[in-house]
Amino acid sequence: MSELSAAKQVEEAEFGDYFALLKPRVMSLVVFTAAVGLLVAPVPVHPLIAMASILFIAIGGGASGALNMWWDSDIDLVMKRTRNRPIPSGRVSANDAKLLGLWLSGASVAMLGLTANWLAAGLLAFTIFFYVVIYSMWLKRSTPQNIVIGGAAGAFPPMIGWAVATGGISIESIMMFALTFMWTPPHFWALALFMNDDYTKAGVPMLPVTHGTRETRKQILIYTLLLSPVGMILAFSQIGGPVFFMMTLALNAMFITGAWRLYRRTEGMAKADAFQAERKFFRLSLLYLFAHFGGLLIEAGLRWAGLGLAGWPHLV
Amino acid sequence: MMAINKPHELHQRRFRRNLWVGLILGGFVVLVFGITMVKISNGQKMEAFDHVVRPSLVEEAK
Repeated sequence: MSELSAAKQVEEAEFGDYFALLKPRVMSLVVFTAAVGLLVAPVPVHPLIAMASILFIAIGGGASGALNMWWDSDIDLVMKRTRNRPIPSGRVSANDAKLLGLWLSGASVAMLGLTANWLAAGLLAFTIFFYVVIYSMWLKRSTPQNIVIGGAAGAFPPMIGWAVATGGISIESIMMFALTFMWTPPHFWALALFMNDDYTKAGVPMLPVTHGTRETRKQILIYTLLLSPVGMILAFSQIGGPVFFMMTLALNAMFITGAWRLYRRTEGMAKADAFQAERKFFRLSLLYLFAHFGGLLIEAGLRWAGLGLAGWPHLV
Repeated sequence: MMAINKPHELHQRRFRRNLWVGLILGGFVVLVFGITMVKISNGQKMEAFDHVVRPSLVEEAK
């Protein structure tokens, strides 16, 4: 009897609470970019092996999400955006999240190694380590560069997908990594501009908290400009082509225009219209990344259908 | 020991959770089986060192 009444006090977790620990929305980005990395590679993969590999990459990404929520449950409790996550809301204990994260990390890496190859598994293990130890435990609370370096964790999935197919690393997979890596700072700093209060309260040293919004707007513009050549290099690589070239041209024009608009705005202007331009730029950044990887997929489809442009220059 | 005859809301939650875990484990078994079938039909070597001499592995080493 005593066990029952004790269990009733802590709300018993539903299955969905454990699933929420895996950060399903981040996972969808991981699944998509890993799948593109795998599908655009010049080596065909058996569909079941491909599906299983992407599943294990997704589980590995989810495991790092659970470990991140375990480590950051104190911050999550303070921030509005994250207050309803399973741990701060009391539905799952921090220790359960840690155990789930550790077990799923080990299982996903081992299964990816057995299903695909050990280079892919090694990259997945490094990604989990990077996100949990380097980003969550070390950088996030200590430096405003947290997003810049931590972005590497989110950028690895297409490289892992490529490694599943080819068993190696090449200029194409490095450029796919670079695309997400350089995209992360403007994406998160735009979010930080209109979520500033949350980060201030939680004491996370995001750039607008430590260096002010003026500097953040400048850095967004700088990183957006640095990001633009990456798409161009991809366009003239083995996995690029004219369709991707046109897409990256249009997307970069939109992104740079948006960043310039943010740079010209003052905090007063932003507050006056409730951060409308900042929110718009944030949404545009999501489109930017999805469309770039979608464009690579289109090029792969065209090559597969024999519609690739034979004369397209491959410079790298 | 007194038996519980009326299932508490808690038991229903636990049952749902266990059902999901069971389905996932079942799915995992099917997946591993499928991967095995693909690897074997692709002619991949499914043998490794097993503390006894394996002629097929010795052949390959030559």
